[in-house]
Amino acid sequence: MSQSRGHSNSIKKPDIMASAPRDIQLTESGDLKHFLSIEGLSRDKLLEILDTAERFVGVNEKVAKKVPLLRGKTVANLFFENSTRTRTTFELAAKRLSADVLNINVSVSAVTKGETLLDTLRNLQAMQCDMFIVRHASSGAAHFIANHIEPHISVINAGDGQHSHPTQAMLDMFAIRRNKGDFSKLKVVIVGDILHSRVARSQIHALNILGAGNITAVGPKTLLPEHVKGLGVHIRHDLDGAMVGADVVIGLRLQKERMRSALLSTEDEYYRNFGLTERRMQLAKPDAIVMHPGPTNRGVEIEASVADGPQSIILEQVSGGIAVRMAIMSITMGNIEKNLAQENNTASAS
Amino acid sequence: MTPLEKINPTEVENMIQQMAESLRTILADDTSTAKMLGIKTGGVMVARQLHNALELTEEAGELNISFYRDDFSRIGLHPQVGASNIPFSVEGGVIILVDDVLYSGRTIRAAMNEIFDYGRPEKIILATLVERSGRELPIKANVIGRSMDLPDNQQIKLRSDMSLEIFSE
Repeated sequence: MSQSRGHSNSIKKPDIMASAPRDIQLTESGDLKHFLSIEGLSRDKLLEILDTAERFVGVNEKVAKKVPLLRGKTVANLFFENSTRTRTTFELAAKRLSADVLNINVSVSAVTKGETLLDTLRNLQAMQCDMFIVRHASSGAAHFIANHIEPHISVINAGDGQHSHPTQAMLDMFAIRRNKGDFSKLKVVIVGDILHSRVARSQIHALNILGAGNITAVGPKTLLPEHVKGLGVHIRHDLDGAMVGADVVIGLRLQKERMRSALLSTEDEYYRNFGLTERRMQLAKPDAIVMHPGPTNRGVEIEASVADGPQSIILEQVSGGIAVRMAIMSITMGNIEKNLAQENNTASAS
Repeated sequence: MTPLEKINPTEVENMIQQMAESLRTILADDTSTAKMLGIKTGGVMVARQLHNALELTEEAGELNISFYRDDFSRIGLHPQVGASNIPFSVEGGVIILVDDVLYSGRTIRAAMNEIFDYGRPEKIILATLVERSGRELPIKANVIGRSMDLPDNQQIKLRSDMSLEIFSE
């Protein structure tokens, strides 16, 4: 082989490496070990989660609502931002897998005493925790933690800033699949503050990966700029028009601070233009379903009679959320265990 | 893979009929009220036939024991898809637990743990089509279709056509 050829090879090599960086969520053999974002995951990975969740539904209907999969494991709920519902369903999911659960409301404990994030992590590692469920106001917090953690610990993102809320998106996909089946035939309308919503971002990624036929994002121009199209959605600013032919309608929670920041005028005006009302539901397909990640602002994003009506599957989202979180936790923890067992085998063989 | 030995469906059917006879004797007065649970997937196939032979009134249930396996720390979550389906209350009932092959006994341990998460049965009777040596737990079947002594490197499997195949790994 000539020198020059050798040179060109050595120049190309870094490019190839750069084009396919290993996803930090995956083990070397491509199994899910953390669950940080939907982006970059394959369709098969998402289907594995949905299929596994189906198996866990039955567990929640037993007399003893438990299986022993995570017995002896300690799951730490690390919530740097408050969220009663998400924390509770994670706690229930972990307990139904027989894990021990630590609930740490970090915003009122260590951080206020000046402890850094890494200090908190090291302390929890020293207490032999096996899984961290992380909710944080900063985008990328869960990734940061996963990057600085010992290899036997699994990290699940329970919402980071405006970036991602992957378990919420998966439980929404679970509810859609259970009610509607094949994603490719569906028109999904997502209404609200798409720009700032980690829920919407993760939902859109998941819907695209699962091959949803039509995804339309609807909201006021201030909360839905043109560049959101890059996520792979149609954009509209008139809800009535967008509702026509919809199979799935998802309302997002309106953050009150947006009103203060002048991105929105008043709650009344928002409701007039973008509220999910009974009248608007009649524009969608007769068997359309309505979803909302909760908690709902009735009379702002959604009419009370729609939220409580026959087309609403909001409570089904909550109960399915437990099965989906059980599935994700047992898949990632199982893959970490498998990986460590293989490494131990190789180490003892050599 | 070509099997070393094959037991054809007719012979398997005879084994199941004999098992039904033994079960009738053991169950006596409980025969009409007994409830059957097959372990996925081979046990479910055997349970279906036993259920017919015994003319049980209660629909048979299916157990998927993958959440109760003891090898999670070695191989992770078992990829087998399908949930348990127990269409009756196990509380206070006489349960006929059915599997295709009894070997280490670990599957039965897992199955009994799962059953107790649904309630407290009065009695569990274990019926297995094939019983082979190599128990790793103190578990014994009440009713056996056939006992076999196979070397460790051989496997026996119930096929969907209800034939049994023995092959080496």
